[in-house]
Amino acid sequence: MSPASYVVGAYEHPLRKAPDKSVAALHFEVAAGALQDAGLGFGDVDGYFCAADAPGGVLSMVDYLNLRVRHLDSTETGGSSYPIHVAHAAHAIAAGHCNVALITLAGRPRSERLASGTAVRPGNPQQPDYPWELPFSPVTLGLYALCAQRHMHQFGTTSEDLAWIRVAASTHAQHNPNAMLRTPVTVADVVGSPMIADPLRRLDCCVISDGGGAIVLAREEIAKSLSRPQVRVKGTGEAHKGASGGEVDLTYTAAARSGPLAFAEAGVTPADIQYASIYDSFTITVLMQLEDLGFCAKGHGGRFVRDGNLIAGTGRLPFNTDGGGLCNNHPGNRGGMTKMIEAVRQLRGEAHPAVQVPNCSLALAQGLGGWLGTRHVSGTLIMERQ
Amino acid sequence: MTSPGLEEDMLRPFPELSAYGEGLRRGEFLIPRCRDCGQAHWHPRPFCPFCHGANITAERALGGGTVYSHTVIRSVDSPYVLAYVTLDEGPSMLTNIVGSDVDAVAIGSRVVAVVEHGETAAACVRFALAPPAPRSPTEDSA
Repeated sequence: MSPASYVVGAYEHPLRKAPDKSVAALHFEVAAGALQDAGLGFGDVDGYFCAADAPGGVLSMVDYLNLRVRHLDSTETGGSSYPIHVAHAAHAIAAGHCNVALITLAGRPRSERLASGTAVRPGNPQQPDYPWELPFSPVTLGLYALCAQRHMHQFGTTSEDLAWIRVAASTHAQHNPNAMLRTPVTVADVVGSPMIADPLRRLDCCVISDGGGAIVLAREEIAKSLSRPQVRVKGTGEAHKGASGGEVDLTYTAAARSGPLAFAEAGVTPADIQYASIYDSFTITVLMQLEDLGFCAKGHGGRFVRDGNLIAGTGRLPFNTDGGGLCNNHPGNRGGMTKMIEAVRQLRGEAHPAVQVPNCSLALAQGLGGWLGTRHVSGTLIMERQ
Repeated sequence: MTSPGLEEDMLRPFPELSAYGEGLRRGEFLIPRCRDCGQAHWHPRPFCPFCHGANITAERALGGGTVYSHTVIRSVDSPYVLAYVTLDEGPSMLTNIVGSDVDAVAIGSRVVAVVEHGETAAACVRFALAPPAPRSPTEDSA
């Protein structure tokens, strides 16, 4: 990708419950935080990106933040919107359509007491899939459980395998003072937690949290004029997967297509990646994306994550060193932003010392938005420390 | 199992699909098949998702299928089975398996369609575990 774009600012909101702040105010706070992190101001921003979590979308948010921009993008693909915004921002910067791009996410499902995973989320009645799915009460959790059940049937994946993903996340979260769940758990804890949607148990599920995050991208000359470590956008990929007219195959995700696109653009292979942030709405989400991104063969995800292989310091592929969505936060029920922020911390050497990957220079951030069991969009981002 | 707000005819925004709703009200499960490429698909739309031709027939489904994957949603007062069933015609559809113990369903279970009329709930097709194959006349006479 040339000319290059750099992540110059990253900020994660410290709150996990924000009943006294509006979603719009949270967007402002994360924007201000990321710009301050970059050493830039609101007046420097000439490109703005937000998704459906931003109340009123681009129309309201640009007005509210009082930005003067020449590039706007409201690409909405659920939780994968943000790595895809980074990809689109990098393209816009390369094309000369903006110099400094601001991407914000915020939400407060916890304060609003949303049953994010266990209640049916009504969509638009004009959605073409609506009358053929909503009558069956397809709660979010169920649409991931269907994939887990099939994966176990087809590949012999076990509940204990999935539990190792939670164990790794919780092992990391104990070092994150902002994480919602900081107590490490064992495989026995996970498989002993109540069954919610077979084969997924309570501890296979992510948290419901308020909060948000923001990323600032800039073109190379600007990035090099700033004092922060230089994190270059090296490769991006985006892909959709759906029910395909009835040709349903629940054994893979859209990461099977977005991943190879990102690796090809970056000119690297999965074996080169030193740290990976992987979207973790549920444990199965991680396992399937690891396979699809090529960190192991299809069907081998269970044995790959076993025995602490995702734990920083001991495992082959340290993942979600902030505790991820499983233990840290899941602002707006969307994971792609926080995945990128922790990857940036790793590349800057600013992760918690207990989980920092030594000399981390190549990292991947993987987001997924929508529903694994029906339709979703994957966004893969590979970044390199210069 | 029905959620609040599902009482209205959810096919109303899709006038081009009225044949499917009318079929359900008659107790018939209709599935779309493309007359150009011959493939059945799911869910209905006014074109073929494979060849994008517009010659679609709403044909009466055979009514049988096999469970491709299933889960029991236990976070509610009355646990229910959410499943993908692969129809004998080929396409797989999201549905519920009803009429049996939620733990009796397995991947590979044979199921039969149960058409629900749209009087008090959304018109839709759920499935029930297929009864065991009938004994042959030879066995009956034995």
